[in-house]
Amino acid sequence: MNKKDFSILIGGAAGQGSRKAGLIIAKIFSSLGYKIYIYDDYQSLIRGGHSFSLIRASEKENNCSKKKIDILLALDEKTIQEHLKDLNEDGLIIFNQDKVKEEKGIGIAIESTVKELGGIPIMANTALLGGFAKIIGLDFDFLKNILEKEISKGIEKNLEIAKKAYDLEEAKLKIEDIGDSTPLLTGNEALSLGVVAAGLEMYIAYPMTPATGILHYLAGLKDCNVLVSQLENEIAVINAAIGAAYTGKRTMVGTSGGGFALMTEAISLAAMSETPIVIVNSQRPGPATGVPTYSGQGDLLFTLNSGHGDLVRFVIAPGDVNEMFVWSGKAMNLAWKYQTPVILLTEKDLSEATFSFDKKVLSEVKKEEALMWDKNKEYQRYELTENGISPLFFPGNDAIVKSTSYEHDEYGISTEDEEMIKKMQDKRLRKFESMKKEIDNIEAINVYGDNSETAVVCVGSLKGIVKSVCEKLGIKMIQPIVLEPFPQKQALEALKGVNKVICIEANALGQLSKVLAQNNIKVYKSILKYDGRPFNEEDLKDQLKNI
Amino acid sequence: MENLQTKAINTWCPGCGNFGVLAAFKKAMESYNKEDVVIVSDIGCSSKIIDYLNLSSFDSLHGRSISTASGIKLGNPNLKVIAFIGDGGALNEGISHLIHLAKRNSDITVLMHDNRLFALTTGQFTAVSPKGLKTRSTPEGLVEDPLNPLELMLDSNATFIARSYSSKIDHLALIIKKAIDHEGFSFIEVLQPCISFMDNFKFYNEKIYEIEEEKRTKQQARKLIEEWKYAEVGNIPLGVFYSEVKDSYEKIMNREIIKDKAVNIEKCLEAHL
Ligand SMILES: Cc1ncc(C[n+]2csc(CCOP(=O)(O)OP(=O)(O)O)c2C)c(N)n1
Ligand code: SF4
Repeated sequence: MNKKDFSILIGGAAGQGSRKAGLIIAKIFSSLGYKIYIYDDYQSLIRGGHSFSLIRASEKENNCSKKKIDILLALDEKTIQEHLKDLNEDGLIIFNQDKVKEEKGIGIAIESTVKELGGIPIMANTALLGGFAKIIGLDFDFLKNILEKEISKGIEKNLEIAKKAYDLEEAKLKIEDIGDSTPLLTGNEALSLGVVAAGLEMYIAYPMTPATGILHYLAGLKDCNVLVSQLENEIAVINAAIGAAYTGKRTMVGTSGGGFALMTEAISLAAMSETPIVIVNSQRPGPATGVPTYSGQGDLLFTLNSGHGDLVRFVIAPGDVNEMFVWSGKAMNLAWKYQTPVILLTEKDLSEATFSFDKKVLSEVKKEEALMWDKNKEYQRYELTENGISPLFFPGNDAIVKSTSYEHDEYGISTEDEEMIKKMQDKRLRKFESMKKEIDNIEAINVYGDNSETAVVCVGSLKGIVKSVCEKLGIKMIQPIVLEPFPQKQALEALKGVNKVICIEANALGQLSKVLAQNNIKVYKSILKYDGRPFNEEDLKDQLKNI
Repeated sequence: MENLQTKAINTWCPGCGNFGVLAAFKKAMESYNKEDVVIVSDIGCSSKIIDYLNLSSFDSLHGRSISTASGIKLGNPNLKVIAFIGDGGALNEGISHLIHLAKRNSDITVLMHDNRLFALTTGQFTAVSPKGLKTRSTPEGLVEDPLNPLELMLDSNATFIARSYSSKIDHLALIIKKAIDHEGFSFIEVLQPCISFMDNFKFYNEKIYEIEEEKRTKQQARKLIEEWKYAEVGNIPLGVFYSEVKDSYEKIMNREIIKDKAVNIEKCLEAHL
């Protein structure tokens, strides 16, 4: 067992609370100064089945899982059956003695302890945490502090149960305290805070995994003054959001593939009416309903082409929790600067995974004001300007603001006049050109590693795993964050001297390779994974070596 | 209010019922500040009205205009928001929104121009077209029975339900004013003859009558609403059938929101340690 890089798996049936227990374990390690990454695996059901959290706690940041487990915590028999094969030779098994028959490892009488002390069944997790804390050599007070923060109901009883289980075990390990704690955020939470920092005023959604976390998180954020509204379907959601944005409210919507598909007519409306809007598409494997609680990148081309008609939208795919914060903030600012739809494209493995968040990035996001009407001459919503951006103004004040889905004149009146149709499309083309320039002038791709003849390209949540493997193999890695307008110049610059481009993607058709091909980047080979599960370091390393 | 004329050239067929709606709306607008009003339109002949009124406006998508309207109200509850929509937009493409907006008492006025067909796409049937109607998509005659939109609104808990007629400009203007002043969701069905595809001026002129303004229970309202079943028979009552006072969705949702409040992300992060 590496004493500074732990892999801990906790599993059970849905409803047994393994996710929450896993988060508390992560917070224990985070409090000791370890950097955290949690992959949560669960099925689309409410009770039963098998779910688990795989926690990586390491001295340096590692946003990916290892194949081998150091500590296996089993709330049920299924967890042992599924994961025992992945246990390290010197790994430790801790199990629910009341449910699991296992010869090796340490059994804790978690359910009987709860019964004995008159607790309720879900408190079995607290007993497990009590025993676990002792086994890894923590002081009880350390655990107590964390439990007091994490458990809102019946804390007295929980502490009593934890203490009893704690006292029954003996210390087997001693986890070193290596530093200060960092906040733990899911990708969805970081994304939410990023847009809040950029002035989010309204979030409208219809629940759909893996984007639902944004809805729940923002609805629960009491201090941030965000109006959260759940509407009857995704079509209502985006059309209402466009209405709100027309009045000047910074608005975001969020969904997954199917819901995103329903929104596409209105993406075109936002482009035509030049209404700023941020749309989150958090992917799951498709097509159709696909696999709701797993991950994939199969909406890439669809998202890049979403909306009918000639339009360009920003498409941004952050790669980790810090980028979620920074780029969701940028997305909101870009939406308002260019009065355009901006799509944040992500996936379950980033939306719902939990990471150590680096507070240093907080200063990178602040609300940037949009270009407003200066009142010097009559207001025209679609005034023809050189850079294609017409000043904004909002209804309810001293000018008429006419927005529209119809082709229009400068004032916003419908037109079918051939000259005006072309003029307006040309205005929007000038705006798209300005958007492209904007991307050329910001760091829209990440490049890791020095000169090597081979470079790996990936997007989104794959950053964590691919970066980790490329570092070990000494290969250059390129991660475009902005996917439209594609930062072609920056990508070509990063690829100077590279003769083999390998594309790693979580979809079946190699969609990113097609995007690269459109941008004059020839892909030598692709590594595709489309079983909904994340890569692990060991397997990906072997695959890359074999190319 | 000043003249609401725009530069747009009117393209409705001469004699279209929509002219009456436009006149009535202009008349109703005399009672309001121009700045306080936002009009929203759908897609169809009826929706062209938006170009003929010099008011702040959002011309939305087919069936979705009422959702856009509710978003505008949510974004700025001080605005008076009126959505113009055809029966096709309201009862075919956008019927789910209509039901939910009524249910949540969204404080918008939906003015449904009811010509009982899709006019701009050349006369196909909608949910309120009479059974047997021969259109280019139903050459043998429509096999479906029509829906009663006012009954639908009553069952969806709309808090203001009325019907008027495009030829009764004063009546319609008054109903529009009442609907705008009503806090919460208001639905007006305007019988609007389409001289090109369903010229029923004569039919309406014979069948309509005005009801008294009075407080009614849902049951009483239902009885009046069911009087005309969108068929050849029965008289057609006009007026406000039902009205009820209830806090609007936007008022409730905006209660907690404080203008220009500084946001503290560091504080939010404390819960994540
Ligand atoms: C999504 C979508 N589907 C179809 C159309 C085509 N379309 C334009 S207007 C219209 C029907 C309009 O009928 P109605 O809403 O009753 O308005 P009217 O023209 O009768 O006033 C249709 C189907 C469209 N614009 N958008
Ligand atoms: S087709 Fe009918 S509804 Fe459309 S403008 Fe002509 S008369 Fe009016």
